[in-house]
Amino acid sequence: MRMLKYLLEKEFKQIKRDRFLPRIIFLLPVIQLVILPFAANFEMRNINLSIVDNDHTVLSRRLTDKVLSSGYFRLADVSPRYDEALVSIESNAADIILEIPSRFEERLGREGTAELLIAANAVNGTKGGIGSSYLASIIQDFNQEKSLSPISAQEGGIRVTNLFNPHLNYKNYMVPGIMAFLLTLIGGFLSALNIVSEKEKGTIEQINVTPVPKALFLLSKLIPFWVIGLILLTIGACIAWLVYGLLPVGNMGIIYLFAAVYLMAFTGFGLAISSVSSTQQQAMFTAFFFMIIFVLLSGMFTPVSSMPVWAQELTRVNPLRYLVEVMRMVYLKGSTLSDLTGHFIAVCLFALFFNVLAIVSYKKR
Amino acid sequence: MKDIVVQKVNKAYGKVQALQDISLHIGEGELFGLIGPDGAGKTSLFRILTTLLLADSGTASVCGLDVVRDYKEIRWRVGYMPGRFSLYQDLTVEENLNFFATVFNTTVEENYDLIRDIYVQIEPFKKRKAGKLSGGMKQKLALSCALIHRPDVLFLDEPTTGVDPVSRVEFWDMLDRLKRQGITILVSTPYMDEASRCDRIALMRGGRCLSVDTPEGIRGTFDKHLYAVRSASMYKLLLDLRTYPDADSCFSFGDAHHFSIRKDVVEKEGEAAFRRNLQAFLTAKGHTDIGIEPIKPGIEDCFMAL
Repeated sequence: MRMLKYLLEKEFKQIKRDRFLPRIIFLLPVIQLVILPFAANFEMRNINLSIVDNDHTVLSRRLTDKVLSSGYFRLADVSPRYDEALVSIESNAADIILEIPSRFEERLGREGTAELLIAANAVNGTKGGIGSSYLASIIQDFNQEKSLSPISAQEGGIRVTNLFNPHLNYKNYMVPGIMAFLLTLIGGFLSALNIVSEKEKGTIEQINVTPVPKALFLLSKLIPFWVIGLILLTIGACIAWLVYGLLPVGNMGIIYLFAAVYLMAFTGFGLAISSVSSTQQQAMFTAFFFMIIFVLLSGMFTPVSSMPVWAQELTRVNPLRYLVEVMRMVYLKGSTLSDLTGHFIAVCLFALFFNVLAIVSYKKR
Repeated sequence: MKDIVVQKVNKAYGKVQALQDISLHIGEGELFGLIGPDGAGKTSLFRILTTLLLADSGTASVCGLDVVRDYKEIRWRVGYMPGRFSLYQDLTVEENLNFFATVFNTTVEENYDLIRDIYVQIEPFKKRKAGKLSGGMKQKLALSCALIHRPDVLFLDEPTTGVDPVSRVEFWDMLDRLKRQGITILVSTPYMDEASRCDRIALMRGGRCLSVDTPEGIRGTFDKHLYAVRSASMYKLLLDLRTYPDADSCFSFGDAHHFSIRKDVVEKEGEAAFRRNLQAFLTAKGHTDIGIEPIKPGIEDCFMAL
C-alpha cells in the first residue's frame, strides 16, 4: 500500500511538472465543449443561392424574398440566364440555382401549376441535398400561402412532434456526445503515451529490476488518468450547464458510474497499446488509428441506425458507442439504470477485456 | 552466498549471436570487470543476470538464486545501474532517492551510512531535478539509487562511459569502498585502463569470453617483446613497421605505436642488436626522430593480441 501511494505520488508529480500536459488537460474540455458545438453544426446555413428570374413579376419577386428571408440562404447573384448561373456554381460562388421560368405568374394563374428548376452542386453532397430540400419545402410553403396549388396531403396536414429535444437543438444532441469523446481522449491517449515515455527514457528498465509487481505498476499508471477523467467530466458537465443550460434529465450519478467504468476500459486500452509500442510515435499512431474508428462508428456524428448492417454490427464492439448513447439517454431522455443495464454490462466487459489485455501484453521480464 | 555463476549462456538476437557459451564464476565480495568494446555482449549479460532478459540456453544464478525461477527474489537482492541514465529526470535528486527506497520497502535513513560518501557530494543539489544534473553527478545519483536498498550484488553497466577522467577515478575509488563493505560488484567498461582497478577481469569480444584472470595474470600471458616506437611521421611508421620481417603486430596507442615481436626472434640476435637493426630499418625507410623503447604490456595490448 505504501508502495502504491508512493508510485501514485510520483505519477502526479510528473504530470504536474509537465510543462504542457496540465494545461492541455484543462483546455481540452473548454475548447471542445464551448467552441465545437457551434462550429460542427449539421444545420445548413449560408447556402449560396443563385437566382435566375426569367419572369420579373410581383409573384416571382415575392417567391425570391420568401426564400431569402428564411435565413438559410444567402443571395450569391442574380443571373439573367441559366448558363451564367452555372458559371457561378463552377466557380464555387453559388451552391444552388433557382430558376423561375418566364410567364411563371401567368401560367400559375391560368393553369394552376408552374414548374421551377432547382439545380444543386452536389460536390458537397450534404449541402446540396439538404439545401435543395430546404428550398423545396419553402416553395411548398409559398404555394400553400398563396393557396394556388391545394394538394390533398397538405390539407390533411402532418404534425411532427420531436420527443426529448423538442426544438431539435443540435447542441443538446452534440454536447453529451462530446463529453463522451473527452473521456475517451483522456483515458486512451494519455495512458497510451505514458508507459511508452518511460520506455523511451529508459526509466522502465530501472523499475523492472525492482520488486514492484507489474499489476501494481500498471495500477499506478491507471489511477491518475481515471481521476483526471472524472474531474474533466465534472468540468464538462459544468460547461454544458453554464453555456448551454443543459442539465441531465436523468441522474448525474448514473453518468459518473458509467464514466468510471468506461475510463477504466480506456486506460486499459491505452496501456495495452503502450505495452506493445516501443516509441511514442508508434503509440500515438496506433491510438489514433483506433480512435478515428471508434469515433466514426460511435453514432456521435452519424446515427448508427443509418449505417449499413455490417457497420452496425461493428459498432457493437465499440465502447464509445455505448457511452455516447448513455450520455444522450441520460441527458436528454432521463433514462434510469434499469433502462441501461445492457449498456452497463457491455462497458464492464470492455473494461475487463482491455485491462486483461494490458496486463498480458505488458511483460515485465 | 553473494556470488554469481554463469554457465554456458547463449543469447541471439535474430541472426546476431550476442553471447556464445559464456561461463563465469564471480566470487563473493569480488570486484569483477567485464572488459570489451561496444557490441561485445556486456549489456546482454547484465540484462540476463538482472532478470530483464531470458537466455536462449544455459543457466545463471545470482546469490545462489536462479535468474529464471527466482527472479522475484533476485530483484530484492541486486542493485542495477544501466548504462543509460534511467532515473526520473523530472523528479528531484531527493525524490528519486526516496522513490527507489520506497519501492524497495525501505527508507533513505535506514541505509544512509552506505551511500553517505557518495550522496554528500550531490546533497547540495537535492532540490534540483535529476535531468538538470551534470554527467558526473548523475552517475553519483544513479549509484546512490542502486545502493539504497543495501543490495548484496551490484551490477554497473558502463558506469564511467561519458564521464570525465577525474570523475572516473573518483568513481572507482567509491567502488573500492563499496567492495570493503562486502558487496559483490560486477562492472563493465570499454576502457582498458580501468581494468587494473578490478580484482579479476573477463575480456569479451563478439559475444565470446576470451580470457578470465586477474589483471596481472592477463598481462603475464603476453609472451612477446613489446616496444613503443615513435618517429616524425607516425602514419608512415605504422605501415613500415608492419612490413618489418617477423613483425607480429603493430597498433597505434596514443602518441606511440606498440610494436610486438616474438621472443625467439629478438633473442636470436640479442636485444640490443635487434633495436639497432630496427633503427637502421626505419632510417633506411626515411624516418627521422626515431624513438624505440621496450615497454610492459597493458591490458589493451593483451586484448589486441587475443
